[in-house]
Amino acid sequence: MLEIKNLQASINNKSILKGLNLVIKPGELHAIMGPNGSGKSTLANVLSGKNGYEISGELNFKGEDLKKISIEERAQKGIFLAFQYPLEIPGVNTNIFLKTSLNSIRKSKGEKELDTLAFLKLIKEKSSELGIDEKILSRQLNVGFSGGEKKKNEILQMKILDPSFSILDETDSGLDIDALKIIANGVNSSRNNKKSFLVITHYQRLLEYIKPDFVHVLSDGKIVKTGCGELAEELEKTGYKQLN
Amino acid sequence: MKQQELEKTKEYKYGFTTDIESIKAPRGLNEGVIKFISEIKKEPKWMLDWRLKAYRRLKNVKEPNWQKPKYPKIDYQNLYYYSAPKSSKNKPKSLDEVDPKLLETYAKLGIPLKEQEKLSGVAVDAVFDSVSVATTFKEKLTEKGIIFCPISEAIQNHPDLVKKYLGSVIPITDHYFATLNSAVFTDGSFVYIPEGVKCPMELSTYFRINASETGQFERTLIIADKGSYVSYLEGCTAPMRDENQLHAANVELIALDDAEIKYSTVQNWYPGDKDGKGGIYNFVTKRGACRGKNSKISWTQVETGSAITWKYPSCILQGDNSVGEFYSIAITNNHQKADTGTKMIHLGKNTKSKIISKGISAGKADNTYRGLVNINKKASNSRNYTQCDSLLMGNKCGAHTVPYIKNKNSSSIVEHEATTSKINEEQLYYCNQRGLNQEEAVGLIINGFCKEVLQQLPMEFAVEAQKLVGISLEGSVG
Repeated sequence: MLEIKNLQASINNKSILKGLNLVIKPGELHAIMGPNGSGKSTLANVLSGKNGYEISGELNFKGEDLKKISIEERAQKGIFLAFQYPLEIPGVNTNIFLKTSLNSIRKSKGEKELDTLAFLKLIKEKSSELGIDEKILSRQLNVGFSGGEKKKNEILQMKILDPSFSILDETDSGLDIDALKIIANGVNSSRNNKKSFLVITHYQRLLEYIKPDFVHVLSDGKIVKTGCGELAEELEKTGYKQLN
Repeated sequence: MKQQELEKTKEYKYGFTTDIESIKAPRGLNEGVIKFISEIKKEPKWMLDWRLKAYRRLKNVKEPNWQKPKYPKIDYQNLYYYSAPKSSKNKPKSLDEVDPKLLETYAKLGIPLKEQEKLSGVAVDAVFDSVSVATTFKEKLTEKGIIFCPISEAIQNHPDLVKKYLGSVIPITDHYFATLNSAVFTDGSFVYIPEGVKCPMELSTYFRINASETGQFERTLIIADKGSYVSYLEGCTAPMRDENQLHAANVELIALDDAEIKYSTVQNWYPGDKDGKGGIYNFVTKRGACRGKNSKISWTQVETGSAITWKYPSCILQGDNSVGEFYSIAITNNHQKADTGTKMIHLGKNTKSKIISKGISAGKADNTYRGLVNINKKASNSRNYTQCDSLLMGNKCGAHTVPYIKNKNSSSIVEHEATTSKINEEQLYYCNQRGLNQEEAVGLIINGFCKEVLQQLPMEFAVEAQKLVGISLEGSVG
């Protein structure tokens, strides 16, 4: 699915990722942990194609060089990023945003665009599956949403767009336990042997609900340790300091 | 078509020219030309006298120049003031008699005059250069006593109404362009809604400038009698030409007791090319008088075209409890300039006005909101709410807000809010990440920004306007 070799990324001449290697196979869920400033969000941004980074190294997604593909094409090819800070777009109805988004992706795959009725049926189904109040969908995109509502809305978008590779950038931070469960449920119910996930988190707490296949520790732009679920528990006790 | 022209057409799809024989007045502005116009329209003497009075006045007034967008001196003696397709000389009595070339032109513009009759609930008056070429749904409206016809026809058939109301909101002495229009106006629409009648369909006029070196001087007069209601919409396009063409319209609205007029404009005149060559000078005077108690006038404008847009659709709130509204989207791209806004003159008691203005500036364009809220001494318990939002795209464009507020009544309240923001890179990134390309993303964000205004448009036109908003800004994000 995803193959990263010796990835270097810098922004404004500041080097952030310094030779990162990572392979994610179909069906795998990888967690990335690490202290503040270690480059976790940069990795998410670089994978999604955000502008402003100087990049070198290999970045292959389903056999294609991601570096040559624009942000929207990456999204159309199945990369989804659940934002750490979802953006507010005043005046734009959440429903309409989602429908436009879904249809752009469907169109790029040569699939038929969904009409309003079919779309409404789909979001009704997905939001009740996740236990998300449909009402947020008729509000302006993320405007006046609480932190929890914003994150839930990201997961709902993930469910509806149905990507093959999802990146969750600290989706769990600042959530109460109920919201956390909704997020975890959204991820778990999507997991199958074709879909992969990269879950970026500060805390081990989320990983109690989402069982990762691998846990990586990112420090100063590199993966310094890789293990399975227990590594996260270990880190919770000892902190990141001793890894350096 | 040559490759270059093809490229241009992509940018402005209404830029084609109709090759049709026309009758023109001699070049220039003088009493002879005014008599020519009056004669060809078979006008009664009082109308000619009115025009000549305006013309004599014009000689003593100067063009205003306080506006922000400056333009090279217009040589008024070098313009044509009348141009009409030859085929309409003997007025067609029904659509079947209209020159097929004209019908084709309107079909190309998305205004199928023939099908329109059968299909949608919109009555259209089509104005081509200086004459109205067709009006649809006439019979159906006549049943209700509604008059919807070219103003040149109204002058002949309904002289009492025209005499009573023409120039009653915009006097011929008002200012240079209003006076010029009064002297040489050629065609436009006339609407009269009788007492107690709710107009059952949208009325709409479609203005098309075709001939070159020709000014278009449209005159529209809408009267809503007691307790009546009408919603009216105008659309405008013009061919792409390297020269600047002048469009100086006068629009007067009169709402009597308990009457309501909703007037919407989707203005998409040719804006000039990327380097600012050519385009329409859209210098327009629009004013409505809420003459009766509890009357209401609501202006909605979507201004995306023209090289220079200079207009202030205004409301004179004379009747007690009358309401004036102004909803505006002004989009300027490349070298376009706009200086637009409104005037709300509160004279009656308990009068209310609301101004929502959305200015969007991209490329090297310049966009000014200029507005006056004037609450008179006797207008007690009056209210105004103004909100002006400007959005900048890129760093070579400008946005300005110039509100004038005069409140002479201590029981009245005026509120003004203004914001200026830049289109946010992060928002674009978010949209891109959800699979939208740059243009779709900009379209979505801009439509969100303009939502409050777009909502005011009649349903039939809201979708078109949304698309237009997107198209006008195409290529403006790097």
